[in-house]
Amino acid sequence: MADFLIEIGLEEIPARMIDGAEAELGVRVAKLLVDERLDPGDAQVPTFSTPRRLAVLARGILDKQADVEEQVLGPSVKVAYKDGQPTPAAQAFARKVKVEVAHLKTVTTPKGEYLAATVARKGRTAQEILAESLPQEINALYWAKNMYWREGKPERFVRPVRWMVALLGNEVVPLEYAGIKAARRSRGHRLLGHDFEVKAPSSYAAELKEAGVLGRRERLALIRKELDRACRTVAGARWREDKELLDTVVNLTEYPSVILGNFEREFLSLPEEVLVTVMRDHQKYFAVEDGDGKLTPHFLAVLNTSGDPTGIVGHGHERVLRARFNDARFFWTVDQKHPLRERVDRLRNVTFQKDLGSYFDKTMRVQKLASQISQTLEDAGVKVRAGIVHKAALLAKTDLTTELVKEFTELQGVVGGLYAKAQGLDPAIGDAIYDQYKPESMEDAVPRTSEGAVLSIADKADSIAGMFALGLIPSGSKDPFALRRQANGIVKTIAERKLSLDLQMLFRDALAGYAGSEAEKRFIVSVQSGEGRAHLLASLVAFYRERIEFYLREAGFAYDVVNAVLAAGAHDVVDAEARAQAVAKVRESEDFGAISAAFKRIKNILRQAKETGKKIGDALDVSALHEDAEKALAAGMQRVAPRVRELSLKWEYASALAQIATIRPAVDTFFDKVMVMVEDERVRANRLALLQALLNEFSTIADFSEIVTEGK
Amino acid sequence: MPQAKQNPLTFQELVLRLSNFFADYGCVLQQPHDLEVGAGTMAPETFLRVLGPQPYKVVYVQPSRRPADGRYGENPNRLYKHTQLQVILKPPPEDVQELYLRSLEAIGIDLRQHDIKFEEDNWESPTLGAWGIGWQVMLDGLEITQFTYFQQCGQIDLDPISAELTYGLERIAAFLQDVDSIYDIVWARDPQTGKQVTYGDVRLADELQYSVYNFELADVDRTWKHLELYEDECKELLAEFAGLMGERKEAGKKERAVDEEFPAHLREQIRRFPVLPSLDLCLKCSHLFNLLDARGAISVTERVGVIARIRQLAVGVAKAWVAQQAVVGPSPSAVGEQRLAAAQKV
Repeated sequence: MADFLIEIGLEEIPARMIDGAEAELGVRVAKLLVDERLDPGDAQVPTFSTPRRLAVLARGILDKQADVEEQVLGPSVKVAYKDGQPTPAAQAFARKVKVEVAHLKTVTTPKGEYLAATVARKGRTAQEILAESLPQEINALYWAKNMYWREGKPERFVRPVRWMVALLGNEVVPLEYAGIKAARRSRGHRLLGHDFEVKAPSSYAAELKEAGVLGRRERLALIRKELDRACRTVAGARWREDKELLDTVVNLTEYPSVILGNFEREFLSLPEEVLVTVMRDHQKYFAVEDGDGKLTPHFLAVLNTSGDPTGIVGHGHERVLRARFNDARFFWTVDQKHPLRERVDRLRNVTFQKDLGSYFDKTMRVQKLASQISQTLEDAGVKVRAGIVHKAALLAKTDLTTELVKEFTELQGVVGGLYAKAQGLDPAIGDAIYDQYKPESMEDAVPRTSEGAVLSIADKADSIAGMFALGLIPSGSKDPFALRRQANGIVKTIAERKLSLDLQMLFRDALAGYAGSEAEKRFIVSVQSGEGRAHLLASLVAFYRERIEFYLREAGFAYDVVNAVLAAGAHDVVDAEARAQAVAKVRESEDFGAISAAFKRIKNILRQAKETGKKIGDALDVSALHEDAEKALAAGMQRVAPRVRELSLKWEYASALAQIATIRPAVDTFFDKVMVMVEDERVRANRLALLQALLNEFSTIADFSEIVTEGK
Repeated sequence: MPQAKQNPLTFQELVLRLSNFFADYGCVLQQPHDLEVGAGTMAPETFLRVLGPQPYKVVYVQPSRRPADGRYGENPNRLYKHTQLQVILKPPPEDVQELYLRSLEAIGIDLRQHDIKFEEDNWESPTLGAWGIGWQVMLDGLEITQFTYFQQCGQIDLDPISAELTYGLERIAAFLQDVDSIYDIVWARDPQTGKQVTYGDVRLADELQYSVYNFELADVDRTWKHLELYEDECKELLAEFAGLMGERKEAGKKERAVDEEFPAHLREQIRRFPVLPSLDLCLKCSHLFNLLDARGAISVTERVGVIARIRQLAVGVAKAWVAQQAVVGPSPSAVGEQRLAAAQKV
């Protein structure tokens, strides 16, 4: 038994890629040990990473594979002996396995009798195996982006590999990757540490620490502690929790410390969104807030060194932040010289998408589409201020021409909203502009107002329709314009704000917005009429069905419920969600399970009938029913159906489903007593018509045959 | 508060120290390319030298013009023309990062007193058909250098690759001198009188006047015409060169580089062909495009198209350069070295 250590020393790995690579390397080493029978069953395989290294320590692995005995098959007995004498084939096999011919065994296999020998296979040493196999495992690591660095381009990796340590117990494992031979020599922190020789795998972590380098978990803990400590120097202050930023700074440091810096109080007059973006996204600083959550004129910088005793580092960070804030303020002031309303025309020079024209064109389309949506919603009783939507849509993209957005692109929308308010426009206009890109993920909030929701939906629907018309349809992992995310945004907004908006209509209107435009000449089909348009609409609807499915699944509905509900209609998100809730509630009940099973059966019968050319009656002829059970079923259906329809109209789907469940006894008896596929064609067609009617009447909430029923 | 600022380098001392540092390392100390360029990368010493197999080490200062970045001299951190110090190491030495850190020590930065991070930042220039992998180097939160391992240039895959170090001199000088405005940087200090000349003294007028020209007065129609004239000239040269290479293939020596049976007159024509001037023509186009862009004169439909046109020129120049080098062979000194090596073997 021994411990094994591999450390790959690199130039700084991008922070976002480190965690994934560390985990993957651990899994690869662990799997190799198992596959090669070097893991006695309880080997522990902890991993390490810093920006400059990935390491795996395997504790308690075998020095050597166990020797094994293997049975090796030779030629068949028929071939091996002729007239009782061994043939050359038998002799060759005997030589190969180093056993005398006379001592070869005969075994019976499914193919007949074969010669066989038991061969002892010597286990290979862990040294040999690791030296041979690990380089391939290293080479196979996944990187989102990698590079060549050596002449002749022998390998690609995330960044150049500069050293490697590989030790099995106290011995160096002679492995080589990217021209680097593994040895004992590792490197410490660039400024705090020094090169050092790793004595043994078990002392690696301690020696690393000695050389000024901490493991990931330690760095995380230290940063949290340091943030708290630095905050204590300001009364009542606390740092703004930010998991993503924490992960980033953990992966940018080998030995972290934190300093608290200050900025001039006057910068607090800039909007918080701008200040936080500069600190967080550009400088990777934590914002400091007071007890009420308001920003204070301080920031926290995480350093990749042990501290700042002279204050030089803090002074430098403050200088940089001051310059950044000055820029932001400069841009803010300059931008006010031309209010948003004067900037609409400038959008002619900002490209939306190369074939879809400028943001000016988009603005015109979105404005119209947003008006149509406002109208639809108003008709359905949703309160929307159409005038606000109209103005917000006109100004929505104008912030793209501002200096502030050119500098901080991630603030598009936000800046427009802030400027609109600063320029004295109705706050509702500002809010709608501010929220136009929301929600940016499934976790993000939807627009706060119905006007913002309309603008957000119109903007996204316009993009999606245009891209689809160009043939840029997302497929597999390819979705360069993030159309799925945008569609998810629409679905989430509609669902959470309970907007009754028919998606098919939304897309028909969105496509119509391109009619007669320059962009239309580049479309793969006409958006005005014909088969092409119908096909395009169908692909948009299918795309949306997937997005609704995704939304409902994220909302926690079982996949069969989602399938059942969407099979009965997927144009209206709110309605689909209401139906899903009702179905999810009743699906576990016994009656409902039986009905689901019955509907599956009905569907099968009807399908078989169609496949075998059996006629299904066009309409149910009640007078031609003669068995009691079929009469009872027809009567039950006619009793329940009007109620189901009425309840569905009122969106009382749970009650509607309860009504449907009441016909279970009639269905059960029908299948017990009545034979559908009888010889008499007239009777058979009428019974099939009864089943078809049943299916049609009761599949409007969900297609129950999609529900997975237990044991059936 | 900080003490390490007692005798910070002037702007010109910074240029000298870094130039000396890399000259001592064995780099050719080149002069800036004498045309308008947006970055040191576009100068032939980078754009062309990173192509092909020949090793090369060079350092040069490159004033870089970005018309749209001008701020009339009013913004303390933005310039129409900033100064890059560009280093190309082809191929990169194994200790290239350590070499870089030593260059910081050489300009008076005691690394042990600072916070230094290499943060992922990959570089790409759609106009040049070039990209690379690398970092922005952050010193106490300030981006002071772009460090790039070039992977492709003029759409040609590089082998060997080059390391490119681009130092932002104004930022570094402002950092060393601890001033908040670029214009307050001390450019020179008279050793006799101690009299100081600031960056503002030297450059403020340019910033103002070029901003006025770039944003307000550059004649759009004429600028378009200039661009088209340069483009036509460049295209014509490239077509002619392609014609020569075609003849070379006709001559039956398909893909072999230098061949003794290669018709001497053709080889000579290729050798003297003005590929370098065609790069200049391409760079002119690039600058005029930037000027038109700052002027707000590029419409949506034109924009993507013009970038593609310039890239086509850049790619054409890169290919022509590689082809020409293959025919001409190594530089005179490289040939000399090879002969010497051969002689020593014997």
